[in-house]
This record gives sequence, C-alpha cells and structure tokens, in this order.
Amino acid sequence: MELNDLIFHTGEWLRGTGPGANIVLSSRIRLARNLVAFPFTNRADKKILDEVLRTVSAAVREIPLFADTTLFSLNEMDNIDRQFLVERHLMSHDHAASPAGKGLVVSREESLSVMINEEDHLRIQVLHSGFDLNGAWEAIDRIDTALSEKLAFAFMPDWGFLTACPTNTGTAMRGSVMLHLPALVMTRQINKVLAAIAKLSFASRGFYGEGTQAIGNFYQISNQVSLGHSEADIIQNINGLIRQIIEQEEQARQVLLVQNRAVLEDKIWRAWGILRNARIISSQETIEQLSMVRLGMDVGILNGLDHKILNELFIMTQPAHLQKIEGKKLNTLERDTKRAGVIRDKLQSMP
Amino acid sequence: MKCDKCAKKATVHLTEIVDGKAMELHLCEDCAREQSQVMEQQFGLADLLAGLTDFGKQIPEVRKSSVSCPVCGLSYEDFRKFGRFGCAHCYQAFQAQLKVLLKKIHGSSVHLGKHPQGDGLMAVTGKPSDSGPSADPVAGEEPNELESLRARLQEAIRNEDFEQAVQLRDRIRELEQNG
Repeated sequence: MELNDLIFHTGEWLRGTGPGANIVLSSRIRLARNLVAFPFTNRADKKILDEVLRTVSAAVREIPLFADTTLFSLNEMDNIDRQFLVERHLMSHDHAASPAGKGLVVSREESLSVMINEEDHLRIQVLHSGFDLNGAWEAIDRIDTALSEKLAFAFMPDWGFLTACPTNTGTAMRGSVMLHLPALVMTRQINKVLAAIAKLSFASRGFYGEGTQAIGNFYQISNQVSLGHSEADIIQNINGLIRQIIEQEEQARQVLLVQNRAVLEDKIWRAWGILRNARIISSQETIEQLSMVRLGMDVGILNGLDHKILNELFIMTQPAHLQKIEGKKLNTLERDTKRAGVIRDKLQSMP
Repeated sequence: MKCDKCAKKATVHLTEIVDGKAMELHLCEDCAREQSQVMEQQFGLADLLAGLTDFGKQIPEVRKSSVSCPVCGLSYEDFRKFGRFGCAHCYQAFQAQLKVLLKKIHGSSVHLGKHPQGDGLMAVTGKPSDSGPSADPVAGEEPNELESLRARLQEAIRNEDFEQAVQLRDRIRELEQNG
C-alpha cells in the first residue's frame, strides 16, 4: 500500500455507523509496550532506535494479523505526508515532529496502527466506528498477544507493563471515545459535565488528542488510571460514563428542539448555507459548521445526509489533506479557497 | 514595593494557592532566581503530570542518597525532572520511591491486568518488595496468572498491606468466577 492510496477514501472508523453513531464518532484503544532489551526512546540513540524499528518490523512481518499492513519509515517522508497521517488520527503530533528512527504500521482499513519509537517503543492503536470500546479491545488484545509471543516486553508482575511515563504503567491502556456534544455546549451544561469527568479521574481532550482544544463540539474522553484495575474493568467504567454523557446530550437535544426550535433551525440552516456556498473557509469554521450540520441531520432537521460524508469532510478539509489532493504546497489563502471548493463539491449531490 | 527576602526593589510577584488560600510573594530579581531553583527542585515534571508532589516528605532518606539506575544510569533526581524513565530497569532501581508515586498517580500500586504471553518473555521479573536493584532481568516461564495472584495475596497479608490484599482477592474471585 502506498501513502497516496489513502487520500481519496477514509478509514473504516469513519464510516459513521455502529452503536450510538449519532453522538459517538469513534472508539479508540491504545496500548503502550516496550522491549526489555533496549533503553526507552528518550534515552536511545539513532543506532538503538533503528535496531528497535528493525526488531519490531521483523515481528510484525511474521504475524498473520498484520497481513494487510504497511510499514512507513517517517524519515523517508516529507512534512506534508507526516501531517497527513496525523490528520487521519493514525499517529500523534509528537511522532511527526521528530521523525528520526520512527516508524508507523498502518492497516489498509486504517483501524489498526502501531507507532514505533514514540514515547514508548510500541504504541498500538485500534480505532472503531461508533461506540465500540469492547470490540476495539477484543481486536487489540489479540494483536498485543501475538506481538508478545514474538517480542520480549518489559513487564513486572506487580506493576504490569513498564512504560516511559509512570502515568501509563500497569495495563498501559488508554481507552478513548470521541463524542459530539453540541446540545450540551449550546445549553451551557458542558462545563458541568467536563468537571464531573475530571472528578471521576477521566480526561477530556480535543479533536486531535492530548494538548488540543475542543473544536466543533467534539470531545475525546479517556481513562487516566492504568494501574490497579483490569482492562475489562477500565473499559466498563468508561462505558458507564459515556452512556451517561450520551443520555445527557440526548436530553439536551430534546430541550433545544422543544424550547428553542426556531433558533436551532436557524443555526443549522445557516451552517448548511455557508458550507454549500462559501468560497473561502478556515478549518476551524469548517469543523464548527460541520458540527451544526451533523446535529441537523441527527435531530431530523436536515434530511438526505449521511454521517460518512460529513466524517470524510472533517478529515479531507484538513491542511495536509488539501495539499495532498492538490498535489502541491498551498499557502493559507489557497488552502481556505481549496477547502471551500472541496466542501461544495462533496455537498453538491446532497438535496 | 520591597522584596520579601531582602531590601531591594521587588520586580517579581508570585501568587501561590495553598489549600485554597492565595499567598502573595514579592521578590527582587536575585531572590526570584534563587526561589525558582528551589521550586524547580521541588516540582519535577513527573509530579506535575500526575498532579501531585512528593517532595521529600515521605522518603527523605532516599532522595538524599540519589539513587541511579545501574543499567541506563538515570538518577531518580533526573527522573523527577523529566518525568520519564530511561529503561525498564529504572523501575527496579527506584522501586521504593515508585511504590509511593504509582499509588499517588493511580490510587493503587498493584497490576490487575493482562500478562504477556509465551515462554521466556517475563523480561523483568521479581517483585518490587523483595528484589534488589541489582536483580538481573530473568527469562523464565510465566506462572499462571491465578497462581501468581494467590502468591501475591499471601505476601500482601504477611506484609499487612490489606488494601492491596483486598484488590488481589477481588481479582482472584473475578478470575475464578469467569474461568
């Protein structure tokens, strides 16, 4: 698989179906693993990083579960290609920022990726569409078990998997769910919800994970604690919390529909008008307006749309994607113009 | 305004919130520099990340002795500064401090999750409580998870670590019911 094969389709996790897909965009589980024979990446020189990369890729090649994956060496890519992979949620900003000695394994469907030599030697990630942490866990558990048969992972019975940062020690698992919560934002209840999440030792983050702002009413909720609970318990706890948030968002949507229908309809139709007609649009505004259109579709104000098209637009309108589609570097104004064009084309066929 | 520490003009103004009360500190440039070094030593990145501070209260004797990992050479002081371990063996080298730190971060210092598969892959073995920093990574066969939990339960009871014992007991029950 070539990187460019990815441009015009979107990952399986963005197909927009699956349980609770009207509020839950995606479910993700990541596991951190380290090879016991090598120092952690923060203390490894180029030679060691290369050795880790070789060791992991040799193991990956032998495992049937990785049959449809491709290994990319980040060193051999340009900035736009690396940013492109970040925008697709296949790797982190940090991984892209210093590419020396780093690798990325990606499955054709994009539901599996493994960052090699990020903060830990392996960061395994499984992404599923909708509210499906259980399914993501089943998949990643199999993959991790297969890897642990080939690779000697750093592990202590009392403390579990040993990671570079003590906040990940133990299961070294982070489960996160991407939620679309426009009604909680509009009814000004979101801060109350976020405060409750923090109190329960869960983290909330923006669209692109750690250190990013919430935009377009998207929130990523994940566990903080990784030691002292089994993986199944942690997932069950997240699921319980997410179910409550979904319920609150649904109630808030009903409140808006009953008490503020005219205002809500106005916001949604305006967003639709802007996306269908704008000639220049920033990525921030795109996500905000797409959020409104998505809400319009979910509450039955806009008909004939599907989640997949909107999800694709979230990804395809990001800066590196626009530049890959255009096949050259674009400045901000050129990007904003190209973005407006891509959106109009995509929504043209809609009613 | 004068510096709180000497008579020079205060140019740096700090507000610190301790137990919900705001405390103000006015310092001259020299005293501020000195103070910032003290604060840097007190608040390592690892602690900040976990939203906690363990500066010296629990284990002053260990901090002074400045332990280092025999394999990668990272000192505990540096770990506190950067918030990252240098290698898997650091966990053994700093086990006394980590037992406290992990408990503060996670509310527990007992792993109840998955064990890796296969023979010879229990790369770092030994328990934090009884194996010294010099213990070599041992390649051995992984014991059955249930057996290992039972052994750790016995040990926790011997050490009167009842909180840990309760967690282990619950996990054993869970496994017994499922299997």
